[in-house]
Amino acid sequence: MNKFLMSGNNIIGEAAIRAGCRFYAGYPITPQNELTEYMAEHMRNAEGGVFIQSESEVAAIHMITGAAAAGARVMTSSSSPGISLKQEGISSLAACELPSVIVNIMRGGPGLGNIRPAQGDYFQATRGGGHGDYRTIVFGPATCQELADLTMDAFDLADKYRTPVMILADGMMGQMMEPVIFKKPKPRQYSENFMLRGAGDGKSKIIRGLILDAIDMEEHNWKLARKYEVITKSEIRYETYQTDDAELVVVAYGTAARIAKGAIKRLREHNKVKAGLFRPITLWPFPETQLRSLSGKIKDFLVFEMSTGQMLEDVRLSLQGYADIGFHGRPGGAVPTPAELANVIARYYEKKD
Amino acid sequence: MATKAIFSGFGGQGVLMMGYSLAHSAMNKGYHVTFLPSYGAEVRGGTANCTVAIAEEEIASPVASEPDYLVAMNSPSLFTFQNKITAGGVIFLNSSIIKDHPNRPDVDICSVPCSELAEEMGNSRVANIIMMGAFIKKTGIVTAEIYLQSLESILGSKKKSAAEINRRAFSTGFDYLKN
Repeated sequence: MNKFLMSGNNIIGEAAIRAGCRFYAGYPITPQNELTEYMAEHMRNAEGGVFIQSESEVAAIHMITGAAAAGARVMTSSSSPGISLKQEGISSLAACELPSVIVNIMRGGPGLGNIRPAQGDYFQATRGGGHGDYRTIVFGPATCQELADLTMDAFDLADKYRTPVMILADGMMGQMMEPVIFKKPKPRQYSENFMLRGAGDGKSKIIRGLILDAIDMEEHNWKLARKYEVITKSEIRYETYQTDDAELVVVAYGTAARIAKGAIKRLREHNKVKAGLFRPITLWPFPETQLRSLSGKIKDFLVFEMSTGQMLEDVRLSLQGYADIGFHGRPGGAVPTPAELANVIARYYEKKD
Repeated sequence: MATKAIFSGFGGQGVLMMGYSLAHSAMNKGYHVTFLPSYGAEVRGGTANCTVAIAEEEIASPVASEPDYLVAMNSPSLFTFQNKITAGGVIFLNSSIIKDHPNRPDVDICSVPCSELAEEMGNSRVANIIMMGAFIKKTGIVTAEIYLQSLESILGSKKKSAAEINRRAFSTGFDYLKN
């Protein structure tokens, strides 16, 4: 049977190796340790695979930068505080246009926070995180199956656009096991022109983010911006659930979206509120127009996040005042049950009438 | 609605294995399943627990606020989780170790001296699978055949002797419970 029962962390590792990731560098941090552990054990069985437990998160991100420049499919992973440390490198990867995959298994923050599941890194992930004018494609998977599929897709998009891609999940997704089927990875398609593999008799090549001339730097910024525009046009992904007859739509991603789906089922079973769900799968680019199109007939939206309200801002920008937006947040590692959230939604809906 | 079970005990009693093997067999029967281990700042020899959810549809939350079943392999587990069990649920007690009585008159108590039964079999490590025998018989979530097939595939083909003793342990627990 090709169905496996694996933890989210291990699934990311297996999907990455199947997708052809051959260079992984990482530094331990809970709740993503099992991913680093999985890579340590399995990368050596992959032909040409390299696993390095780096001396720090900063070293890991720069190691994958080097390997990406040499043409490898690369990945690093960490959890919130460790991802903060990697931001300089992520900015560099964006500037140098190097294909790479970065996994953030979020925990409670700010600071060292705790090791419970949370969604407080949405701003950091979707706004770039590091300095300068850049974006990263961000996936927000909600099931273990999606972790497998999106990890593979992340490598394809990284190659296609020569850009860092982030997988943003949380401690729950990392620790939880669910059945998973690994799809067949697509053959790698990429341009070899940029890769540094020794000039030989040809012209020497250079990859750098340091462009001192202002006009050249401006042009580089516009080049990146044009690329982000193409990504925004072509790569948006989202899911809707029971929005056709909904009187209220909950907007949530990742773990929060699964809880919301459970809450919506309960509310409909008890004939309380006809609620639906809008779940962004790409957090950047955010499915703005797709969400806005719902506001034609639905006027009530409730954003639910395991944070104090970050994606909420993207929902506001998308709906542009065409509908009312409420918010429910559980930051810091608290995860509500579907029953609790159902009560919150019902109360919010009743108050509005 | 999902059926949810919490398995809890000392680290080393094999509680994660109990949950994993149940989830694995339910997956093989075609159910949606989630398995969530406790993780975090645990101490060696401290408590371990995991939550398994099984349903015919997508599972919203892998956490159990009101689990249907609790399998308590030691006293701290009983105290920690007994009040969460839904009314009409079942608490499975490792009665070799747990001398306390649950404070829940509204749940079914299923006592299995699985540590002693394991000692009698000459291998104290199979207490968890003995308990699983009782668990599967009582709950009927999957058949004994499906469970044992899963267990075998988890243990791997290399460990023939391990498969054999686990199979016997399972039967011991299964037969211990009267119908």
